[in-house]
Amino acid sequence: MSPVALPGSGQNVPGFGDLPIWLVLIKVLLVFVFLVVMTLFAIVFERKVVGRMQNRIGPNRVGPWGTLQSLADGMKLAFKEEIIPVLADKAVYWLAPVVSAVPAFLAFSVIPFGPTVSMFGHRTPLQLTDLPVGVLVVFACSSLGVYGIVLSGWASGSTYPLLGGLRSAAQMISYEVAMGLSMVAVFLFAGTMSTSGIVSSQDHLWNVIPLIVSFCIYAISVVGETNRAPFDLAEAESELVGGFHTEYSSFKFAMFFLAEYINMITVSALATTLFLGGWRAPWPLSLWHGANAGWWPVLWFVGKVVAFIFVFVWLRGTLPRLRYDQFMHLGWKTLIPINLVWILAVTSIHVLRDRGWPAWKATVLPLGIVLLLIVVPALMAYEGYTARRLAAAAEDDEDAGREEPTFPIPPLDLRVPTSPVRREPVTAGLRGGATALDRTIDHGDTSDG
Amino acid sequence: MHEVLLAAGPLRHGTVPLGEAIAFWVLGPIALAGAIGMVLLRNAVHSALSLVATMGCLGAFYLIQQGPFLGLVQIIVYTGAIMILFLFVLMIVGRDASDSLVETLRGQRWAAALLGVGFALLVAIGIGRAVSPVTPTDLNSPNAGGNNVHSIAALLFTRYLFAFELTSALLIVAAVGAMVLAHVEREGPRPSQKRLARERIRSGRPQPLPGPGVLSQHNAIGTPALLPDGSVARESVMVGSMESQEERQALPTPSAGEGGFE
Repeated sequence: MSPVALPGSGQNVPGFGDLPIWLVLIKVLLVFVFLVVMTLFAIVFERKVVGRMQNRIGPNRVGPWGTLQSLADGMKLAFKEEIIPVLADKAVYWLAPVVSAVPAFLAFSVIPFGPTVSMFGHRTPLQLTDLPVGVLVVFACSSLGVYGIVLSGWASGSTYPLLGGLRSAAQMISYEVAMGLSMVAVFLFAGTMSTSGIVSSQDHLWNVIPLIVSFCIYAISVVGETNRAPFDLAEAESELVGGFHTEYSSFKFAMFFLAEYINMITVSALATTLFLGGWRAPWPLSLWHGANAGWWPVLWFVGKVVAFIFVFVWLRGTLPRLRYDQFMHLGWKTLIPINLVWILAVTSIHVLRDRGWPAWKATVLPLGIVLLLIVVPALMAYEGYTARRLAAAAEDDEDAGREEPTFPIPPLDLRVPTSPVRREPVTAGLRGGATALDRTIDHGDTSDG
Repeated sequence: MHEVLLAAGPLRHGTVPLGEAIAFWVLGPIALAGAIGMVLLRNAVHSALSLVATMGCLGAFYLIQQGPFLGLVQIIVYTGAIMILFLFVLMIVGRDASDSLVETLRGQRWAAALLGVGFALLVAIGIGRAVSPVTPTDLNSPNAGGNNVHSIAALLFTRYLFAFELTSALLIVAAVGAMVLAHVEREGPRPSQKRLARERIRSGRPQPLPGPGVLSQHNAIGTPALLPDGSVARESVMVGSMESQEERQALPTPSAGEGGFE
C-alpha cells in the first residue's frame, strides 16, 4: 500500500507517484505525528466535554487546564506491570494489539488534508498517497482491525473477553455492511472512489446536502463500527467486565486504547472527506478566495474532524447503551433496507440525468416511484405490525386483570430477630474494661490514614 | 528449475521496478509460510490465521500488479469477512477441541485423494502456462488516469455479464438455502416482557435459583448450595436437563461432613 510498491505512475491518480522518497517519508512521519497528537487531544477533549455535560470540570490537574492529562495517562500505562493470564495463547495474545493498532494508522494514508502545496521546493498534495480505489483502503483497514478484537478475545483464555470478542466481531461485520452501502451513493455521485477525486467533486455543493440519507446512515453505522457508546456492546462494563481487553494491561492495553481513538479520528476524517467537503472551507469562509489554497485548508479539515468527534462524545454523554438484539435489529432491519432503497433512487436519478432529462424531472420521478412502490408499502406493513403488537399487549393486560400477581413480600407482622450480643474483642495485654479498639472508635478519626 | 529461473528473469535483471521487487521478495515468503503453516499447525485458530496471512499477501500482490480494486476487494471480502466468520466458528467450537479420529463419511479418503490429484493437476497446468513464454499484458492503458474500476466494470457488465449473473445467482441460492436450513418456526406468539415478568412473579420464586456451591466448601457444579441455617438448597443443583422439583428432591443428600459452617 505504500507508494514505493506501486509501479509506474500510469495507474495512479494524477499528482502522486513521482515524488522523491524522502518527501514521502516526511509525509509518513507527519501523518503519524498528527494521529498521535490527535489521540492525546481527543482523550482530554472527551473527558473535558463529558465532564461539562455532567456538571463537572473534568481533568484539571496536569498541565495548564489539564491539557496534559492524557500524556500522563499514557506514561502511566506504559510503565505499569504487565500481567499475562496463564491460559493465554502467548503468540496470538501478543499479536492482537498490534493487529488492532497498525491498520488504524494505515487507514489514514489516503485521507486528504489539503490541496497541492509547496513543500521543500516540491509541489505536492497534502495527502500521503491516493489510489483509484482510495476509500476502499480505509474500508479494508477497518475490516482488518476486527481481527485485533476477535483475536484478543480468544487469546486471553477467559470467558468475558471471548464473549466480548465474538459480540464485537458480529457487530463490526454487520455495521460494515451498512457503512459500505452508505458510501456507494457517494461513489455514484462523484464518479470515483479516490478520496482526492471525491473532495474535488464537492467544490460547489457538499455531498451531505443531496445525500443526507447516506450521511445519516454512515454517521450511525460508524458509531457501531468503532465500538463507541451507545453501541459499545463489545466492552459493556455492566455485562462483560471490560469485554475483549479485560485481560490486557500495560502497553498492550494502551495499544487498544490508541486504536480505538485513531479509528474514531479516521471515521471522522472519512466522513469529512466523503460528505462534508473534505478540506474545503465552510460557506461564509469560502467567499474569501484564499480560503481553499495553501495551508489554510488543513485548519478547516481539522476543525470538521473535531466537530465530528464532538458528536461522538455528545452521544456518549447522552445515550444509554442499547440491548444487543435491538442493536442488531437496527443494523440489519432498518439501516440496510433503507440504504438499499436509497441507492436504487440515487442510481435512477443518476441514469436519467445522464440521458439528458431536466434535473427536476430526473429527481422527482425516481423519488416518487420509490416512495410509491417501496416506502409506502413498507410503512403500511410496519403499521400492521405495530397494530398486531399493541393488540397482543392489550391481550396481556386483560390476562393481568383477572389475577394481579404481587411481588412476594415478608408479612407485616414479621418479627425481626434481635441482633446477637456483641462480643468484646480479646486483645493481648488489655483485659476487661474498654479495649484499644473501642477507644479508637470512641475518639473518632484520630487514627485515620 | 530452469524455467522457474527464466520466469524470474525480469526480477533478476531489473526490468521490474525496485518497489515491486522488494514487495515481492518480502511478501512471497510470508505467503508461502502462511500456506505451509495452514496445513501443518495443530491449533485450528493458528491454522486459520496463517491462511489470513496468505490471503493478505495475495491481496498485496494484486495491488502491486496493477490491480488495486482486485487487491483491496480480496482483503475486504476474503481476509476481512470470510475468514472472520471462519474464526468465529472455530472460537465457538472451543480452544481445546481436537480432531476426531473417527471417520464418519464412507470413502472420504478416496474422494479426497481424487480431488487432491485433480487440484494438483490444475495447479501444475497453471504454473506450466505461467513459466512458458507468454507475453504479459500491459495494464497501463486500461488503468490510465485512475480508470481501473471503470475498466473492470465495463468488462464485467459486457463481456462477462453471463458469468457474473450466474455467480450472483449461485450466491443468492446459497444464502437462501442457509436461511431455510437455519430457520426455526416459532410455536405461538412470542411472550412479551410484561407477560414473562408476571409469570415469574406468579411462580412464587421471582429471585434466581441459587448457584451451586454457595456457602459451601466446594464450588464444583455438582455441589449444592447451603442455606444460611446450614441445610442444603436443592434448587441449586441442576443435573443435565433436570428441571422439575420432583427430580431435584430425588437428589442424594450430601453426607454430614461435607459443607456446613465451621
